[in-house]
Amino acid sequence: MKLKLDKKDLKPFLQSLMDEYNLFAPAQLAEGVYVFRKIDHPDEVDLSCSNTQKPAKEVFFPQSETMFRYEKAGKQHQVTSAEEVERKRVILGARPCDIQAVSLLDEVFLGKEYTDSYYINKRNATTIIGMACGQPLSTCFCSSTGGSPFLRKGSDLFFIDLGESFLVELLTEKGKSFQKNKFFKEAKPEEISLAKAIEEKAVQKTDASVPIEGIEKRLDLMGESLFWDRVHEICMGCRVCTYLCPTCHCFDIVDEGEHQQGQRVRNWDSCLSPLYSLETSGHNPRPSCRERTRQRLMHKFSYFPTNFNKVACVGCGRCILYCPVHFDIRKAILWTSSKRPKEFDGGMI
Amino acid sequence: MEERLKVIQDRIREKAKELLSNKTVDLIIGFGEGSLPLRTTIRFIRNPGKVDRLIWNSFCENNLSTYLHKLSQSKVGLVVKGCDARSIIALSLEKRFKPNQLFLIGVPCQRMVDRRKVSKAVQGEILQAVEEGDQLIVEGEGFKKVLNRNDFLYPSCQVCVHRTPIQANVLVGDPVEESPLIKTHPEIIEFEKKSPEERWRFFEKETSRCIRCYACREVCPMCYCAECFVDSSNPKWTEKGLSPSDLEFYHIVRAYHQTGRCSGCGACERACPMDIPLTYLTQKLNQDVKELFNFETGIDAEAPPPLSTYETEDKQEFIK
Repeated sequence: MKLKLDKKDLKPFLQSLMDEYNLFAPAQLAEGVYVFRKIDHPDEVDLSCSNTQKPAKEVFFPQSETMFRYEKAGKQHQVTSAEEVERKRVILGARPCDIQAVSLLDEVFLGKEYTDSYYINKRNATTIIGMACGQPLSTCFCSSTGGSPFLRKGSDLFFIDLGESFLVELLTEKGKSFQKNKFFKEAKPEEISLAKAIEEKAVQKTDASVPIEGIEKRLDLMGESLFWDRVHEICMGCRVCTYLCPTCHCFDIVDEGEHQQGQRVRNWDSCLSPLYSLETSGHNPRPSCRERTRQRLMHKFSYFPTNFNKVACVGCGRCILYCPVHFDIRKAILWTSSKRPKEFDGGMI
Repeated sequence: MEERLKVIQDRIREKAKELLSNKTVDLIIGFGEGSLPLRTTIRFIRNPGKVDRLIWNSFCENNLSTYLHKLSQSKVGLVVKGCDARSIIALSLEKRFKPNQLFLIGVPCQRMVDRRKVSKAVQGEILQAVEEGDQLIVEGEGFKKVLNRNDFLYPSCQVCVHRTPIQANVLVGDPVEESPLIKTHPEIIEFEKKSPEERWRFFEKETSRCIRCYACREVCPMCYCAECFVDSSNPKWTEKGLSPSDLEFYHIVRAYHQTGRCSGCGACERACPMDIPLTYLTQKLNQDVKELFNFETGIDAEAPPPLSTYETEDKQEFIK
């Protein structure tokens, strides 16, 4: 049986979620600027945006996160961990690209060698309500990176916006626990067929032509290609593309405070910053934008596939939309598939 | 395409071809077609056969003089608007490049269009945009709208009175009339109406969504410190997280460091992915510097910024 949630019931539904969970959803910070954040009132939730500026990774891997606090009591230091998640969480309104990105973060933070308790605790405590992407943008290329605007994988529940209501699909055990939710009603056959039509149109609209297939092998042959001398040139070295990327996951750990008391914090970091690779001796193995841009692209399309057998890009298009100099990663990918990658002249970027 | 812009574009290409062919410069940095409407990207052209990749329209919003910091070894031909040329003069006062290293292709600027403002004026994604005279025709799925470009200009462009590049090696268009569309930056007018407490609340709210991507810093031609104070760990001036005081500290110092150095190009604000207003701070400083010292950045290649010099007649007691 397929379910639906009428939009007039959305706010009471959100309130009912908030009674049981910490709710994270898109909220508008300024006109046209959206982020996922903890919701204190259902009115803050804004599902009208096509995609948030900051990706949903923040719910699991916050930009700035306290790991523990310390305080000197007598001769001893008292350490209080901030690992635990106090309340169950639900994230609503994450797009399939962001949810696919979480599965990539899982590879890193729930890996075979290392597990990250800060991440794993949040991940386990969270129910994901995915939101189908009914109107992909021209910068969306999830269909090229193994995703789709209607990819259900990774969601516990999946909402499809039908205008007056959401079609609701319950996908996992966590999702099925919502079977008897009092706001969900049985969907009518015409609503189910409308959802299908929206899906077909969205899938058709999403760019599937970006040549990701085989990129790892192509890059393997391009370690010292002239491509790297040229592709970085327009980059001005900010961190927009890495911070807004749903898959980028580098961090830096710092202590804030004094000897008496303080906290250890981990903050997002970016391979595009010179500071990222600066060594204590003063030597920097990635001294210029050339090496740093190479690292960004290589990590996504070579090193990550080597480690986990998938590319670290989900085609959300944020880096294309928000880059101050409009660097288009699709063109960089396209160039690697050119017949003459060694003679790259910067023309396509 | 609008005739005047087309003429400028043709002349940029001609000049670029000539400069590359006779080896006056090693490369030309200019604007190129973006993959999206309302956007341009940057082109580094070395081959005279490829100058057709250079374009000119009302979305050439970046300040290309920023690239000079990483091109100390090349002779560079740079496409500059009035504000960009002022940055060049400010940078030359700070000895940031060698004499004769640059060739400036100056474009008398038609004032740039704020792409975000345009996007907000329509429902749905803009898939095509065409400029025709003062009209900007935008189209998307199920809509077509004709807008007046002058309603969508960047605030920094509305107040600009130096649209014709100063000290360019060549001008690829006729000088334009130097009068502002409005006298004062609209956000400064609003800001000045507020009480000190309201001003602080406004600043606090706007900076609170900063993600410390440092796009505003990296795109600014005047932000070139080898180590920015926010990146220094010894001494540590600020923490690296998102606490309001750290974000506010960064934004105040970033703006103050521009005093008498900012050309008002607006690159910082245009680069911000979180749409944080930034030019109301720097333009206000520019206004203050004008009023207090009768100085404008990048107008006189011999005049150092007031805060990096002194005179015995300075009215402040501490200087004596």
